[in-house]
Amino acid sequence: MAATTVISVSNLGKAYRLGGRERHRNFREAFSAMLSFSREQAAPESTLWALKDVSFQVRRGEVVGIIGRNGAGKSTLLKVLSRITRPTEGLVRIHGRVGSLLEVGTGFHHELTGRENIFLNGAILGMRRAEIARKFDEIVAFAEVERFLDTPVKHYSSGMYMRLAFAVAAHLEPEILIVDEVLAVGDAQFQKKCLGKMGAVASGGRTVLFVSHNMQAVRRLCSRAFCMEKGKAIFFNDVEGAIAHYSADLSVSVLDFDLERVPRYGGHGIEARLVRARLAENCNFRFNQPLELIITVRCSSPVSRAMIGVGFDTSDGNRILTLDSDSSGKLLDLSAGETDVRISIERNPLHPGVYAPSFGILCQDRVLDAVSGFATAICTADAEDYIESRGWGACRLPVSVTTQIR
Amino acid sequence: MLSAAAQASEAPVLEIRPPQGWMPINLSELWSYRELLFFLAARDIKVRYKQTVLGAAWAIIQPVMTMVVFTVFFGKLAGIKSDGFPYPVFVYCGLLPWQLFAHALTQSSTSLLTEQHLITKVYFPRLIVPFASICASLVDFAVAFLVLIALQLYYQVLPGWQVLFVPLLVAFAVATAMSIGLWLSALTVRYRDLRYTIPFMTQFWMFVTPIVYPASLVPEQWRALYGLNPMAGVVEGFRWALLGKSEPPGGLIWVSVAVVSVLLISGAYYFRRVEDSFADVV
Repeated sequence: MAATTVISVSNLGKAYRLGGRERHRNFREAFSAMLSFSREQAAPESTLWALKDVSFQVRRGEVVGIIGRNGAGKSTLLKVLSRITRPTEGLVRIHGRVGSLLEVGTGFHHELTGRENIFLNGAILGMRRAEIARKFDEIVAFAEVERFLDTPVKHYSSGMYMRLAFAVAAHLEPEILIVDEVLAVGDAQFQKKCLGKMGAVASGGRTVLFVSHNMQAVRRLCSRAFCMEKGKAIFFNDVEGAIAHYSADLSVSVLDFDLERVPRYGGHGIEARLVRARLAENCNFRFNQPLELIITVRCSSPVSRAMIGVGFDTSDGNRILTLDSDSSGKLLDLSAGETDVRISIERNPLHPGVYAPSFGILCQDRVLDAVSGFATAICTADAEDYIESRGWGACRLPVSVTTQIR
Repeated sequence: MLSAAAQASEAPVLEIRPPQGWMPINLSELWSYRELLFFLAARDIKVRYKQTVLGAAWAIIQPVMTMVVFTVFFGKLAGIKSDGFPYPVFVYCGLLPWQLFAHALTQSSTSLLTEQHLITKVYFPRLIVPFASICASLVDFAVAFLVLIALQLYYQVLPGWQVLFVPLLVAFAVATAMSIGLWLSALTVRYRDLRYTIPFMTQFWMFVTPIVYPASLVPEQWRALYGLNPMAGVVEGFRWALLGKSEPPGGLIWVSVAVVSVLLISGAYYFRRVEDSFADVV
């Protein structure tokens, strides 16, 4: 009985009309389109298949990870499975009650108190009132917001808000759970707690579909995983196979940013402009591996005594790593035109995860150009590096140890 | 584990397919989401008067102020007849169902836009959204109703047995708001223009409804045609039920009922047909 198929997806496809969605947004356009005889000859709509020929089965009790790059169709797949949008073709059969978490805190209202939001959010996620009442104390304890239960959530700190939101979500107990990257909230300690809760859900015999960019979480929780690529699902024998495929896919193209047109954070980028930042050839953005970045700068006239800084922020906005070109006291003299500046470290200390890089160029404490928060990069790890057994954090560096008998 | 397995085998199989054209509304599913309806309506009510000094008193102030203004301008200055009732009671009795309708209509028409963050993240029957905003309007109505009772006691205009029809008339006002709200909310998702036409439309509609004047001002032969405006039937019905006016609205209200039935059923089918695409369009 344990091997019953609970989700069966066959030949699922979802097409979006490109540009079509903007068509006829107002009456005048709809009306003129109606009158227009040339409608048939209008430019052919291009169709984007966000999902195409996706078929898979999930048995009861399985925890299936879905990984893939942004835009590969993961979210669309979850949206179809959670009935938010209808497929264009294919069929899905689901046996059992489905709960989906595509976001934490859906429907939270800022004016309502924590208590009121627990009930509202619970109901939105599909919980019965009696069920919420029964789990109420547990939810409050999990979120650690006892003292603020009757305060409107608009006065909560963002951490408290996310904790409460996740706590409600974590107590959703459907037979089949569909989760989209909700673990990336809160501080590291809370994330650990969330992962623990997810682990408990998974080992409790429930069926879980889990989308994540966090390979460690996928490794830890999932019994099976597949990759989404351009709307298609690619299957592997085991979780490691899927992760290896995904990581290999990532390391070739990720962390190559065109900085020319991203919004400026400081400076104006006139005397010196950050043009591009990328990984050096044969180099990965991977934990414990050498990291070498090439930053291309264009100067309108020679700039002397400059320095370049690179920063990495965690998803909750904390700067976790700073690499400054002048850390050894060496300043850069840049001539007019484009220059590639290489910055390298022997070991990348960043744990696998998602980081937002920032780049800046300064000249004697004056910011010439700076860009920040324009994109994220995914730091990966080798398959053999089982970090979850070593605790948490965002950085890990080699240490030297000595012992001395007293 | 065993019980979970047993539940799963009992649970109906959910099939997700491409949209299939015209389908009736799934009432049993709607019923199973009644608690969500309750929570959404409760949220709307709680939030509406948050951070206002006067709070829920606004539910009274708005209709009362309108009543005062109308009494001065239409009752006193223009001298509009009021079927023999004191003008304040007469106009308030018309304003009450009108404001219920207007509020329910305005809120429900834009409800899918205001709830788009829910619609793109969670599944539930989309019909819950306009329903909830209509339910929330009923609370304001109930509060404002107390003022009518006070007015009636003050002017000694007491209802007869017809007062038993009030719940039915309220239900009819709600059904009217819903029939148009269903169409407008579904259309507004695609055509945002409607959002701007609704306030204008309700204002215009108010003057073709016998609120500041009695329906008896409308020539007899046009009376049934007047019922094409369902709110005319509701407002006249309200006056008949609450003020003890001698003649029931008669033919006029049956025309109204027919109009609302057609709009409600067609609206429900239309809503059902397009609700699957809300998340993609909104």
